[in-house]
Amino acid sequence: MKNKFILFIVITFLIFCFVVFYKGLNNSNTYTPIINDKKRIPLFEAKDFNSNVYLDSKKIFNEDIFYIVNIWASWCVPCRTEHPLLMQLSKSQSVKLIGLNYRDNFNNAKNFISEFGNPYSIILIDKDGTLGIEFGAYGVPETFLIDKNKDIIKKFVGPINQEIVNEMKLIIK
Amino acid sequence: MKILRIFIILFLCMNFSQLHSNETNNILKNKILKNIRCLICQGQSVYDSESDFASSIKLIVDKKINKGLKEEQIYAFLRKKYGDWIIFDPQLNKNTYILWLLPLLFFLVGGAIIQKKILKKNEK
Repeated sequence: MKNKFILFIVITFLIFCFVVFYKGLNNSNTYTPIINDKKRIPLFEAKDFNSNVYLDSKKIFNEDIFYIVNIWASWCVPCRTEHPLLMQLSKSQSVKLIGLNYRDNFNNAKNFISEFGNPYSIILIDKDGTLGIEFGAYGVPETFLIDKNKDIIKKFVGPINQEIVNEMKLIIK
Repeated sequence: MKILRIFIILFLCMNFSQLHSNETNNILKNKILKNIRCLICQGQSVYDSESDFASSIKLIVDKKINKGLKEEQIYAFLRKKYGDWIIFDPQLNKNTYILWLLPLLFFLVGGAIIQKKILKKNEK
């Protein structure tokens, strides 16, 4: 009787281990962050791309509207695919786009903007990537939707697509 | 001449203390960087990684240390931005209770089984 009980426990334990590892194998091993966690926008000072003057975050986000912060770079290929969508978003009156030029060469970035158009109201320079870290970014491209209370309500890692644009438009309305 | 000597000694002492503080900052910085996970690399710490993300984190940690922030404050800042996953050494909270308590539970149950066996042997 006792032996049977021990055998039962061992088999149950082995089945439990098998299920855990089998499930673990099917899971993606890349980290997916909690992206819809509401966070306050960070306080920072950053250099303006056009005027080279330092701007305060309070001054940048001073209007009672939605803001979209987009991290981009001229060397980033997916940024080119999402750029027309950003141009489309920039036509909306109820949202302002802030560009964060990430670890880029100034002249290359300038050429990128003149070639593909400028959807941004303000472009900030993030030469060493530390401003991106303040926003909780991983790299480029990345897009943050900021509501009227200045909370980051959505974070999109990677290039945005039409579906994401529609989602953002619905929220902004 | 004596005054000059005292000045030189004082000057050297000040420089050494500066060197010492730089060294302690470096040790602290390396300790923190080894405990931060590079989120875009697989299984690497920020200390080991050369990615853009890791080098930005290195700069941020350096800035925070120079600002006078303590180790725990830097971890708290990173946790706020990226969640618990960014730190290799997990904190005890509702999500990590099992992680921390399960080994203790195994240890206690194992100990109890061994003690029972020994007692039985002694009885015999």
